[in-house]
Amino acid sequence: MTTFVQLLVAGVSVGAVYALLALGFVVVFKATGVVNFAQPALLMAGAYVTARLSAPGGLPIGDPASTSPVRFAVALLIGAGAAAALALVIQRGLVHPMAARSVVAVSILTIGVDVVVQTEIVRRFGAVEALSMGDPWGSSVIHEFGLTVPHTRIAALAVGLLVITAFFAWFRLSTWGVAMRAVAEDPETAALMGIRRSRVAAVAWLLAGALAAIAGLFISVSPAAGLTPAATVVALHAFPAAIIGGLDSTTGAVLGGLVVGVAEMLTQGYASDLAFLGRGFHAVMPYVVMVAVLLIRPSGLFGTRELHRV
Amino acid sequence: MSEPRAIVTDVDLAAYNDSGGRPPAGRLRAARPTRPPRPGSLLALAVAVALLVAPLYLDGSWLRLGVFAFAAAVAALGLTLLIGQAGQLSLGHSFFVAVGAYGYTFFAAARSGDGGPGSAAGLGLPPIVALVLAVLLAGATGWAFSPIAGRLRGIYLGVASLALVFGGLHILNNAEPLTGGAHGRDVPGFTLFGFSFDRVPGEALHVLGVPFGREEKLWYLAAALLVAAYLCYRNLVQGRPGRALRAVRDRELMAGIVGVPVARYKAYVFVVSSMYAGLGGVLLALVLGRVIPDAFGVALAIEFLSMVVIGGLGSATGAIAGAAFVVCLPRVLDRYAEHLPFIASSSSISESGGLEPAVAAQFAYGAAVIVLLLVEPGGVVAVGSRLRRRLRRTPPAPSPTSHG
Repeated sequence: MTTFVQLLVAGVSVGAVYALLALGFVVVFKATGVVNFAQPALLMAGAYVTARLSAPGGLPIGDPASTSPVRFAVALLIGAGAAAALALVIQRGLVHPMAARSVVAVSILTIGVDVVVQTEIVRRFGAVEALSMGDPWGSSVIHEFGLTVPHTRIAALAVGLLVITAFFAWFRLSTWGVAMRAVAEDPETAALMGIRRSRVAAVAWLLAGALAAIAGLFISVSPAAGLTPAATVVALHAFPAAIIGGLDSTTGAVLGGLVVGVAEMLTQGYASDLAFLGRGFHAVMPYVVMVAVLLIRPSGLFGTRELHRV
Repeated sequence: MSEPRAIVTDVDLAAYNDSGGRPPAGRLRAARPTRPPRPGSLLALAVAVALLVAPLYLDGSWLRLGVFAFAAAVAALGLTLLIGQAGQLSLGHSFFVAVGAYGYTFFAAARSGDGGPGSAAGLGLPPIVALVLAVLLAGATGWAFSPIAGRLRGIYLGVASLALVFGGLHILNNAEPLTGGAHGRDVPGFTLFGFSFDRVPGEALHVLGVPFGREEKLWYLAAALLVAAYLCYRNLVQGRPGRALRAVRDRELMAGIVGVPVARYKAYVFVVSSMYAGLGGVLLALVLGRVIPDAFGVALAIEFLSMVVIGGLGSATGAIAGAAFVVCLPRVLDRYAEHLPFIASSSSISESGGLEPAVAAQFAYGAAVIVLLLVEPGGVVAVGSRLRRRLRRTPPAPSPTSHG
């Protein structure tokens, strides 16, 4: 039972991180109808900037020889800003000029962007295996109620829930949120009512970049060894999360993220009982869940049934 | 999305096809005695001659590269059919390539026990049977995915097909008795009617004074299969199935109304596309000599996607050109590194600070995808036909030879 609860906590925490990424997809998809395959690249860029700046010898804040929470916080802000800026550049420079073209073509374009950005970041890694994120949590754990939970998991859960709550409040209450929902509902009418679709699209991309950078941080802290090029594969797990929930549902993205996180952690935790599935099955679990959901509901759990989306 | 927007998309998709979907005309008409041969047929002849004589002049490593390009081109034909003609996005193409490669290896490998301890199982079938079975197996796998492929459209299918890649890698890594696990397994050579396409110890086959080894033989095998695959593609696209697929792509609802069984055609094109991938996989396995799971990951799927985008979606010639570009680029950059700025030759990366050729090639094909989609969605094929139109608009050349 203890194991189960512990895995559940870990799963919800990982799920919150996936939810951030999936939210990024969904926001961009709702605002522009494009599936942003460059999301892993945004994640890598944001996490890379954070790691470089917060490492000892990065930003000139605090003791340059060791990690410093202040420097880490500033580095995270800059990293999120960098990812958001990159997202904005991609949107304004490459995606926006193609606004009138088929969504499939634009999505393939984002794959091209992903290849270029990732190649550059992996090249910058050079011989370095993994970059430490310089986070204040390290590998410390707390023991409470018979559970052993790493600090990083609690931080991921807290930050994830905070960001998600803030996002929903913003999405429901602010003028920008209303504008974004209006565009998602009916782009033409929204434009006629005076909503600038291009600005809404830009804001959506900015958000996606910032969310990806935060998610990148929590993917790379303990128990992971640090930021590695393999973080991309983890970032891809947010695709099943978004699809499970339905690509055009923000609630679905959060739920899909949690489902994927819990499923993955449970499979990993009970790997010895699931040995017949082979080693490392937890990495495939998100996709198994996704295929199962798609077989029953082709547009996801909360997705609008739109048969003629092109 | 709402309807008016969808119409814009249709026009856009139709534009893809107008530029690239139609195979180069002229081959069939060239036989008419009344007209001078058109540039298209001359080009086809030139390509055929080049394919035939190349092994007499190129050395083994270039031939090997060529076979890689042929293998990739066969698989890319399947993907351009799926994306360009049917409007279905797939990121799982590398999975079907893997099915073909491993399927052939399994069917053709010696029965288990014969190969000594630790070797993976096999059926010991004749290689030609193994090849056909591997292609059919890839098709069957595609068919097994049809409950999903037949119901989803475009983007949703693209993401769902990622499941195939990750699921496939998992199976390849874990089903050790069949696949040899993470370290892979050796691929048995190809033989046809007793003629071996592999390296035969002690055999000294000379053609026109040129020693014919493994690469030379595989070159002809791959080239023949590529030509066959190309002709099949043309027939399929020009015929009734091709029209049905384009109708489904441009307007699913209308296609259904005029009587095209939409779900069945979507499943059908997925099966055909995976059979192309399977054949490409067999060729890839033959030239690799050893198959390992990591070769068939997401990166390969993205490379295939780049090939068909660079060539022009829906175009057979484009897919072949794109495959040649993506496959050969790293090697060509490596070979001529010392003559190119910003690129380090593989021996002097640390001193010169240039880009590694492989990295430079990644940049190049990623950028090619972006630039082509931005400025010329029809890919290099559209660029080519635009050039040809411009040539034709200039004052008529005095003699037909000026074309070639």
